[in-house]
Amino acid sequence: MTDAALKTFSFKLVSPEKILMDEPAVQVVVPGEEGDLGVLKGHSPFVVTVRPGVVSITKEDGAEAHKIFIAGGFADISSENCTILAEEAIAVSELKQDDLEKKLADLKEDLGMVSGDHDKKRVENAIKVVKAKLSAVTGHLHA
Amino acid sequence: MPSLKDYRDRIASVKSTRKITSAMKMVAASKLKKAQSQAEASQPYATAMAEMLARVAASLPADFAGPKLLVGTGADQTHLLIVVSSDRGLCGGFNGNLARRVKKEVVALKEAGKTVKIICAGRKVYDVLKLEFAKDILKTYTGIGQKGRIDFSSAREITDFVLAQFEDGAFDVCTLMYNEFKNVLTQTPTAQQLIPFKMPEAAASEAQDKTVAGPVAPYGFEPEESVILGQLLPRNLGVQLFRALLDSAAGEQAARMTAMDNATRNAGDMINNLSIQYNRARQAFITKELIEIISGAEAV
Repeated sequence: MTDAALKTFSFKLVSPEKILMDEPAVQVVVPGEEGDLGVLKGHSPFVVTVRPGVVSITKEDGAEAHKIFIAGGFADISSENCTILAEEAIAVSELKQDDLEKKLADLKEDLGMVSGDHDKKRVENAIKVVKAKLSAVTGHLHA
Repeated sequence: MPSLKDYRDRIASVKSTRKITSAMKMVAASKLKKAQSQAEASQPYATAMAEMLARVAASLPADFAGPKLLVGTGADQTHLLIVVSSDRGLCGGFNGNLARRVKKEVVALKEAGKTVKIICAGRKVYDVLKLEFAKDILKTYTGIGQKGRIDFSSAREITDFVLAQFEDGAFDVCTLMYNEFKNVLTQTPTAQQLIPFKMPEAAASEAQDKTVAGPVAPYGFEPEESVILGQLLPRNLGVQLFRALLDSAAGEQAARMTAMDNATRNAGDMINNLSIQYNRARQAFITKELIEIISGAEAV
């Protein structure tokens, strides 16, 4: 076994429709609800909820980290495994800033029009996700 | 007695019907394959979700009551049935069996003095149920999986509605009714209780075995267990529903394949019978002509 193989653990990114990613990784940064977590091999067992944000995965070839946006979910971490359950995932490089800004404007408009608590909550959640996507693209926070 | 031409026309029409049914059978077979592979692809998420639920539930403090989705509202007066059927017919007893099962359930609940509400996913069972229980149907979803595949968002949409209703206190118990895909030949109408959620016991004990055999360190949770559980349960509802939608879609195609296979075979039998009758009629006609000619010649 090479040195790199010793340090890797199995990383899985799963959506309800299919497995999006299943390969060994050296480090994964998970955007936990209460703060980001860097996961390396031998991490203590942990279950965390994930906020909408960017997961970055460093593979054993040491190349640049893969950045994937996920719209919230759960992560199950043990010493040999890290499984992220995400309902929606998209590579950060595929997000377009213009589209997102337009969508954000549309959603804000919607928010003014909807009535009822549940609809409002739904739109607010959608806005939260789009904002998180925007910050993933631009690299700074969108309040 | 039908003329020779009548026979020829009937044979031609049955033949074209046979062509259609055999084509439908093949289409259903290929769609079935797709639906099955989609169902397979959704397995890992469901398994991981079940494991996580079991893990969280196992480490909950004993005195923790749990959210309403798990323990229920404490009553069971109003029942919500989510019925998953197909949008299209021509699939044998697939929708009929389910509709009969649902009707039985609704009648039984009503006799016990409960209130029943129904959500239909898929047009076919709605068409049957609306005849008797039109006022109990809350909402109907159609066009799920029309694009050849089922998106998780369809399940999400229904779940959101159900959860909103639950928060409003519109029902106490929610049961999912769908055709479970056993194999290509059998699909059984099944009822699965979603709210309050019944933890599958096999999964729970399995996860416990794993934690015993696996890492020594106890699981950490962030945020705390009860909060995670509160978020997992609504998602799990979506997963269960999504699984039912996929199962039902695969079952529909399998049922259609079987039904169309039978129809093709029946059409073949019918063509054979008709051909025999046609030949008999043709021979009778020739014999009759011969007799006429001979008796004509004898008369001369």
